[in-house]
Amino acid sequence: MQQEGDEMSVNAEASNRVVAAPASGAKRKKSGFFREIRSNRVLYAMFIPITIYFIIFAYIPMAGIIMAFKDFNYNDGIFGSPWSGFSNFDYFFNSGKAFLVTRNTIIYNVIFLTCYTVFSIIAAVFISEITKKWFKKISQTMMFLPYFISWVTVSAFVYNFLNYEYGIVNKILAHFSIAPLDIYSNTSYWYVLLPFLYVWKWVGYGSVLYLAAIVGIDQEVYEAATIDGATRFQKITKITLPLLKPTMIILILLGLGRIMRGEFDMFYQLIGNNGTLMDATDIIDTLAFRSLVGSADFGMASAVGVYQSVLTLIIILTANWLVRRYDKEQALF
Amino acid sequence: MQNIRANSKLNNSPVFTTISYTLVGLISLVCLIPFIVLVAGSFSSESSVIRDGYWFWPRELSLDAYRFIFRYPGDILQSYKVSLIITIVGTSISLFISTMTAYVLCRKEVKYRNGLSFFLFFTTLFSGGLAPFYIWISKNLHMQNTYLVLILAPMFHVMYILILRAFIKGSVPEPLIESAKIDGAGDLRIFLQMVLPLSKPALASIGVFTALAYWNDWWTAMMFTSKQDLAPLQYLLYKMLSSINLTGAMAQHIQSADQPKETFKLAMTVIATGPVVLVFPFVQRYFVSGITIGAVKG
Repeated sequence: MQQEGDEMSVNAEASNRVVAAPASGAKRKKSGFFREIRSNRVLYAMFIPITIYFIIFAYIPMAGIIMAFKDFNYNDGIFGSPWSGFSNFDYFFNSGKAFLVTRNTIIYNVIFLTCYTVFSIIAAVFISEITKKWFKKISQTMMFLPYFISWVTVSAFVYNFLNYEYGIVNKILAHFSIAPLDIYSNTSYWYVLLPFLYVWKWVGYGSVLYLAAIVGIDQEVYEAATIDGATRFQKITKITLPLLKPTMIILILLGLGRIMRGEFDMFYQLIGNNGTLMDATDIIDTLAFRSLVGSADFGMASAVGVYQSVLTLIIILTANWLVRRYDKEQALF
Repeated sequence: MQNIRANSKLNNSPVFTTISYTLVGLISLVCLIPFIVLVAGSFSSESSVIRDGYWFWPRELSLDAYRFIFRYPGDILQSYKVSLIITIVGTSISLFISTMTAYVLCRKEVKYRNGLSFFLFFTTLFSGGLAPFYIWISKNLHMQNTYLVLILAPMFHVMYILILRAFIKGSVPEPLIESAKIDGAGDLRIFLQMVLPLSKPALASIGVFTALAYWNDWWTAMMFTSKQDLAPLQYLLYKMLSSINLTGAMAQHIQSADQPKETFKLAMTVIATGPVVLVFPFVQRYFVSGITIGAVKG
């Protein structure tokens, strides 16, 4: 990973060089370019498939961003439709949705990231304390299991547990003579439920990540601490956790970079088009999706898309800048 | 190493040991229990569920839900076929081209390799959004309702290519490539006969991640297909769970109201999820090593 970080920081410098070169002598550069391609033609040819793929599936759709500034109609297509300036954005920002979905996206993702980090570290630290191999193995397998299933399947689990009439939660409550909860029509439960499910699904993955960092800690430090009479609890708080801090900071910053692209699968599968829960759980992704597929509101959908892309870019650049300041080796670029 | 670690940590503190085992055991159980409840529910009789709700074990054992599903297995078998085809074909092509790309990116002779890396990397920083993507794929390329879109849309992950690049760089020594070149091997041959075999550990890890992403992908199908016989398993499951009554071909066969509605959903989920959960313990180590190689989520 360090190597990867290295490489990417080299990237930026190198691309500067490429841009700067033509000024020094366009002709020489050109012949140099062709000579370079010719002398490594097989290698460059091997790069062609991926180039075609990304042009078709990423760069051309990227150019389609102009759709947000057009009054799109299906017959004229993205490039043929008439321009409409910023009217799509006016519509989006005046709909009252912009603030709502931005707020929800940020709040949920910050909570997710926090809970995920805390629980992954707790799990990793205590797994590392376990000496019985079979116990370690079985518990790790169990924790990892939710990672492998789709959110579609998770929605079946949720139904299984929370269904008003037959759900297991209400059946347990009934045992204690507590009135059943109508979870699907009450927003407040979901502020707890969604983070819980997120952690449930990701804790196995996160614990592997942090466990790798713990295993990497120099054992002599622990031995020295033992000789000095440190208790096991002290070793965790004074050695393990402080030494995990660098990994933690990097992972949190990288996680922050993804904050605007928040878990569409999860929200769509668990909440779907439930009108009661909509205001509390509508995120940027679900809004973009619903405007496009649900109501074929192309103006809204494309404006939301651009809004999300720009915010994402700004946040990634900021997060990367912070990572760079903290530890240059780990920066994405 | 493991032993030293165990000894150094084990300055007998029974309370602490108990806490560790309890906590880890508890988290593991919370992760596992939903699976148990799901399977228990699917093997329960419809009447006991209607009467008493779901429970941690079947209160009245019954195979009705499964019998019902397997009476008309056409849709499910077709979806299994679709999922298998896109997973196998997609993963193979994706792995081959990703590794080939990664190999080009780590060859020092390629002067523009940093520019090429950025060409790939930029797509993770910025996108045109969902709307242009959808219009472009369906209106301009006419790729709706094809296997092609199900295979191509989720095919490449730039992060995986970069992880493969780091791996090749670390495990295929430069002098080895140099000497192969001196012996007259071409770039393509070096890739096929040397780099590809030497990258096997990374290929296994990236392969399982890619395959899992294909297997669990329902989004592409929802966006770009409308035909029943192109529905991958997860999408079929989604459609069956989200509609209160049966959809598609199965509904045509059934006139009476004898369908076990509640347990049916769970049995369907078990059938769709079963393979992944059963295969998983055998490939878990590849996932673990993949996470450790990449060390970055996603």
